[in-house]
Amino acid sequence: MGQMRVALEVLIPSDVQEIERVVELVQHECRQLKIEPEKCSLNVPVALTEALSNAILRGNREDSSKRVRVRASVSKSGDKLVVDVIDEGTGFDLPSSTLNCTTPENIMREDGRGLYLMQCLVDRVEQFVDGGNTVRLTVQRG
Amino acid sequence: MSFTIRKQGEIVVVDVEGQLIVGNRQELKQKVLDELEKGEKRFLIDFSQTGYIDSSGLGVLVSLSKKIREQGGELRLANLNDDLKTLFELTKLDTLFQISDSRERALESF
Repeated sequence: MGQMRVALEVLIPSDVQEIERVVELVQHECRQLKIEPEKCSLNVPVALTEALSNAILRGNREDSSKRVRVRASVSKSGDKLVVDVIDEGTGFDLPSSTLNCTTPENIMREDGRGLYLMQCLVDRVEQFVDGGNTVRLTVQRG
Repeated sequence: MSFTIRKQGEIVVVDVEGQLIVGNRQELKQKVLDELEKGEKRFLIDFSQTGYIDSSGLGVLVSLSKKIREQGGELRLANLNDDLKTLFELTKLDTLFQISDSRERALESF
């Protein structure tokens, strides 16, 4: 990940009611970095909400004994924010799990927009297993 | 985050204050379905006080639109800010909903 500084690390229970509070903390880091306002008000909060709800609902299956770790790191040059969302699940395959929700057969579905939106809204989405199932969101200023 | 429901003439108007996300979307869904069960047919959701919407919030809008149409009614949307317009465009949901720039225009459009 190059030269990065951990700016924020929180551990939350597997409860979707925790999401908004964590998103606000990361939004604050986003603004501190002077990342573009629309990325701070839309791209980061929505992509992170998707990653957190996947971690809580799918990764940890809302198991109250399991936690989700969120780590926000900032590049030394201050132009990049990397957010890791780590759950206790077994992981998933990002490309094959992503649905194109804009096609005529999918547009009327109630679900299936999360991974698609996440990938539209941030510069990079990665998924890997490293001490837990990790989804990494990278947002670049500019 | 909260939802306020009021009647304007024959139209049920819902204001979404704060975010519409996985943690509160069921509350919105239930409130609208309760009104639908009472026989209401015309619904307007006003997003002028909304921050952001996640995929589950968008999914609830799609689901409500389907259920309301099945009952012969209609769901329309108003006051999407630029961020929310971007979300609707990315997901092509702007092609599914009738969206007005103001509450007044939306109310007149029914």
